[in-house]
Amino acid sequence: MIVRIATEDQYRLPDDDAERLNDLDNQAVAAVEAGDEDRFHELFEQMLDLVRRDGEQLGDDELEESDVILPPPDVTFVEAAGEFTGEGLIPD
Amino acid sequence: MPGMSGRMSTVIKAKINKLLDRAEDPSETLEYSYQKQMELLQNVKKGIADVVTSKKRLQLQQQKLEGQVVKLDTQARQALAQGREDLARMALERKQFAQTELQTLDQQVAELEGQQAGLVEKEQKLRSKIEQFRSKKEVIKAQYSAAEAQVKISEAATGVGEEMADVGMAMQRAVDKTEGMRARAGAMEELEAAGAFDDNLALGSGQDDIERELHQLTSQTGVDDELAKLKGELGTGGSPQQLEPGESQPQQERPA
Repeated sequence: MIVRIATEDQYRLPDDDAERLNDLDNQAVAAVEAGDEDRFHELFEQMLDLVRRDGEQLGDDELEESDVILPPPDVTFVEAAGEFTGEGLIPD
Repeated sequence: MPGMSGRMSTVIKAKINKLLDRAEDPSETLEYSYQKQMELLQNVKKGIADVVTSKKRLQLQQQKLEGQVVKLDTQARQALAQGREDLARMALERKQFAQTELQTLDQQVAELEGQQAGLVEKEQKLRSKIEQFRSKKEVIKAQYSAAEAQVKISEAATGVGEEMADVGMAMQRAVDKTEGMRARAGAMEELEAAGAFDDNLALGSGQDDIERELHQLTSQTGVDDELAKLKGELGTGGSPQQLEPGESQPQQERPA
């Protein structure tokens, strides 16, 4: 599975990690919906750690589309909330 | 994948498709994509230049503030040597404030340096991906049938498109942060010019009342500590009563 951490890099992640990442992702969404900022950051850090630790960075010569794109590491809680309600993080 | 990352992926992919779809004929997609890539590279360069400009401006402010800290420290010593504890206290309060501002500036300069390094790295990565795309395109054309080649090249274009979208986002975030710092730096310069620089409250914007009060309390303690230390250094620290905070010395001859 190819995962991109937005504004950082692309990683090749073992398929075994997909489920774990998906689980953390869903919990992070729940935290955002519950308005629990601390919990959100905690879970998001765990997601980043998982990808950076288990993932292998893609070389500059690899032109691959990502299966999953994580928000930038410096994402704020407000931005994360906007990801579900508003236009999200990506400027036109 | 549902959830946050799924939503990010969907939005970015839609954006890439929109980008690539602007070309009417599929064979144009490549040229169009390449042209967009080059434009974006130019934008990244401009973005980096902007970050450098902002950093230089903040560094100038750092130098000014450092000079001010030295000056205020000297003034505090002079005032104390003349027995003017009230003046010394005022100078030390201002010095503390300048030091707090300096800390903020240090953080901001460090942040801008990080952004600059990140953008330079992103630019290089995008550049090599574009190069890769160019050579891959030729290899694919030579090795595959026209229909297969079209598919393969589209895949590669999407890969580069994603990198482009990502660099675009990194740029936008850097620019947004830089603008925030610029606005603050501009406000500081205006206050300085208006002579309001010494007013702690005027620069406390962005802090709520509690934060401000807490800050005042801690800086007050800092001022008391430093005043006591200066007195020790100058040998004017007499009886404990003289060290009581808030107690002003009887008026003596004004410093010349």
